[in-house]
Amino acid sequence: MASEQLSRAFAALADPTRRDMVARLAGGDATVGELADPYDVSVQAVSKHIKVLTDAGLVSQSKDAQRRPCHLEAEVFDLMTKWIERYRHQAQERYERLDAVLADMRGDERPTDHHLEQGAAS
Amino acid sequence: MTTTSSRYQVSIEADPTVPIIRMTRDFDATPAELMRAHTDPELFARWVGPNGMETEILDWDATTGGRWRYVARRDGVEFGFHGCFHEVSDESIVQTFTFDGQRGDVALQTLRFEDLGDGRTRLHAQSLVDSFEGRDQWLASGMETGVDEGYAKLDALVAELR
Repeated sequence: MASEQLSRAFAALADPTRRDMVARLAGGDATVGELADPYDVSVQAVSKHIKVLTDAGLVSQSKDAQRRPCHLEAEVFDLMTKWIERYRHQAQERYERLDAVLADMRGDERPTDHHLEQGAAS
Repeated sequence: MTTTSSRYQVSIEADPTVPIIRMTRDFDATPAELMRAHTDPELFARWVGPNGMETEILDWDATTGGRWRYVARRDGVEFGFHGCFHEVSDESIVQTFTFDGQRGDVALQTLRFEDLGDGRTRLHAQSLVDSFEGRDQWLASGMETGVDEGYAKLDALVAELR
């Protein structure tokens, strides 16, 4: 599993400028120059950000010598979503076990209710 | 363990700016009951999980300055965890958490029990780890503990979300 890649992806997105660039690329491919436009930073600085995003597998650059537009790799985001969803699933299972324990605790403290619940459950 | 209704879903958020995981979940219980389920070792061992693993509490002092240690076992494989209860109050627990397999890595966990009234409580659980790498490994820990059940279903679900 690409755990290292995922770590790099999460880390790359820790930077607000890079998150913003990713948001812009979600709307369509763009060149480094186009990406640099709205920011008060040099093309070189944007290139650095793009390199981090590229190394993380979040962005690719076509080999088209002239423009070299940046392209967002949507699959990596799907992978990130999936991992978080798996973690969430585990947490949900854990808390459903806690629900059951809490229900039992109430049963212990209120024998009459417990009896009724058992009756209703069977 | 019996299946309970999934009336409440856990929500989870991985903060992009700090290595924190935040979770929120509602319960049909009072804050005191939820606190007891977190501090009574016998009750805690029954739900901390994961599914199919047996938890044995080895050390447990759920008071401010106390410590805890437990192992989760399945098929002869053991996973140990330990930490300290930094502060235990009526409505919150602040504790450290270390997986024995990664000694030196420590997470700071804050659990807050918000009274919603009518016998319901909202749990706010926050884990702060010391690096994004650590946080993301944690997020990925579902793979390591071998909790595969429902993954196929989950994949389908995620596919639907796209």
